[in-house]
Amino acid sequence: MSNVLKSVLLGTAFAATSVTTAVADGVELEVTHWWTSGGEAVAVSKFADAWNATGNVWVDGAIAGSGGTARPIIISRILGGDPMAATQLNHGRQAEELIEAGLMLDLTDVAEAGGWADIVNPPALLESCTLDGRVYCVPVNIHSGQWIWLSHDAYQKAGIDVPSDWNEFVATAPKLEEAGILPLAMGQQGWQQNLAFGAITIAVAGTDAWREVTVNKNADVARGPEYTAVFQAVADARELARGSNVQDWNQATNMVITGEAGGQLMGDWAQGEFAVAKQVEGQDYSCLPGLGLNQVLDTGGDAFYFPVNDDPTITAAQKELAALLISPDVQVSFNLAKGSLPVRGDIDMSTANGCMQKGLSILAEGGVLPSGDQSLSADTQTQIEDLMAQFWSGDMSAADAQERYAQLIEDAD
Amino acid sequence: MTVASDPQTQPAKRPHRLFKNLMAKLASIPMILTALVVFVGGTAWTVTYSFTGSRMLPKTKWVGFDQYERLWESDRWIISIKNLGIYGICSMILTLVIGFTLAACLDRKIRFEAAFRTIFLYPFALSFVVTGLAWQWILNPDFGLQSVVRGWGWETFSFNPINDPDTVMFGLLIAGLWQGTGLIMCIMLAGLRGIDEDIWKAARVDGIGTVKTYVVVIIPMMRPVFITSLVLIASGIIKLYDLVVAQTGGGPGLASEVPAKYVIEFMFRAQNLGQGFAASTMMLCSVVIILIPWAYLEFGGRKRG
Repeated sequence: MSNVLKSVLLGTAFAATSVTTAVADGVELEVTHWWTSGGEAVAVSKFADAWNATGNVWVDGAIAGSGGTARPIIISRILGGDPMAATQLNHGRQAEELIEAGLMLDLTDVAEAGGWADIVNPPALLESCTLDGRVYCVPVNIHSGQWIWLSHDAYQKAGIDVPSDWNEFVATAPKLEEAGILPLAMGQQGWQQNLAFGAITIAVAGTDAWREVTVNKNADVARGPEYTAVFQAVADARELARGSNVQDWNQATNMVITGEAGGQLMGDWAQGEFAVAKQVEGQDYSCLPGLGLNQVLDTGGDAFYFPVNDDPTITAAQKELAALLISPDVQVSFNLAKGSLPVRGDIDMSTANGCMQKGLSILAEGGVLPSGDQSLSADTQTQIEDLMAQFWSGDMSAADAQERYAQLIEDAD
Repeated sequence: MTVASDPQTQPAKRPHRLFKNLMAKLASIPMILTALVVFVGGTAWTVTYSFTGSRMLPKTKWVGFDQYERLWESDRWIISIKNLGIYGICSMILTLVIGFTLAACLDRKIRFEAAFRTIFLYPFALSFVVTGLAWQWILNPDFGLQSVVRGWGWETFSFNPINDPDTVMFGLLIAGLWQGTGLIMCIMLAGLRGIDEDIWKAARVDGIGTVKTYVVVIIPMMRPVFITSLVLIASGIIKLYDLVVAQTGGGPGLASEVPAKYVIEFMFRAQNLGQGFAASTMMLCSVVIILIPWAYLEFGGRKRG
């Protein structure tokens, strides 16, 4: 069945694309992505400008909404025989089946010509683009989730110093509450609660236990004492976030910006919001990677995939674009605008702000972990997000949550 | 419905039943094919693949009832079913009661009837997404209804349904009713206008009160209108999805999840087609369980009677 389906899909794909492109001067490539917020749109225009400068044409296919909205659209376009020339996806297991079905362009020759194996740092990024020794995507940036963002305003109001790690944050929380400030801002969405859980796990249980559970899917460790401490810490954090009625992550970030809340557990993309609000790192807000306890970051992020195309000019252009996206100049300009970390360690990022510098030095020291997207399938991720949504919003006991979590890890594939 | 029939039972001289109204039958072939291929075929395909371990792409890796076991062990699915039950029962009763009451009020030959009718029907012109967003803002405690009433001086007023897991379904219900009752009202009003004036005159002669006339005489006469309304409301309940996505996103936690959202999210976000298909098959089963006895009573009974 899958072979029949594949050939039908491919057949229609070829038929559809052969009519769309090939302009006399340069090649038009449609690129889909979900970078639509202010800072993100600026960042993607760096790619577009660089591509247009080569004499080709970047056709922007921005899809509004988050990755959760855009991914099904992108995938159904590829499956439905109307593939774009290139598309953003989070590298990891999201595109695994599309690659297995032969729908993605093999970039191994480009990767070898560009020496990606030597320049991509951390190497795990390239590994998650690789299936059976072949390279299928270009990593373009690194986003990590293990950050806490703290409002100087809020701590000033409460008359205490800004904490320097998670333990201090928890210890000073009652003082914030006395001053009428919500200690922890939390958007009521599963992925945010799961992100907070992940950040607390790495801070409390340490990287070894985390790696054993998330990468090796060892359910015994998930039932063990390290994770008991994690779930207790998350249950405590849940109490600190009671009364946070916002949904979207940027609304929660806004509570930190305005000093309504003491802090927020959110990925490094949150600094875009602080930048838009004209806040200065170290003066208006602080960021603590690894929650100030474990200097590690996960290496989730974005990558570009190139669906298979029948037209050799398009295929050539796709490979040209792939090489361009990872070239040094483009990496610098894109990542400075995006606020993310570059995928290669051999470029000059000295103009980056304080938070990015912290992230860069952690990367340079090798404090990296694979992201959840790289280790767990979307199915398992969704179930864990559901569990977290239930746990954070209700009264489930830490022991119950731990047992259910261990069960999910046991069933994970 | 079906075109084929048994030729032996037909008298010889009459034309074959298959060829009666031949043009009409030819003309309906595309629709019959669509129904068979798209609806029946699609359903069969979905049910078949719900027994496989398909992830992002459909694959024939048979796993038996595993997907169903997982489905019924999943808290989220159980919560979804309960939520749909609460929403369904409340929505069904309240829509009918409010819709009929509004229609009866308008039918009393009040002034500005057309204006009221437009106002009541207007929400129906909005999509569920717009409705959901508007009510999300209205019910937001920080700048919606609660803060407005508190601004008037009633400081202790508290109305925050959508941030409390116990009441969030009623927050959705308010929005659903606001959107849906207008249409039911219009259908009811059309039904009421179809009632002969003489019935009212006869009731008045017999000295029956207005309310009693409605309940005892008019409502039983409006049976077909009620059936239509019931079908419309029921289909709206089963496909409840966009309102939830726009208004609460299934939250807080999982407190306002519904089955349709489970199906969509497992098929596309979790990239687990098998699980999504199993859930949609269960949705189909629940519809069939309700529909078949009803159809039997409604159509089967009449034919024999």
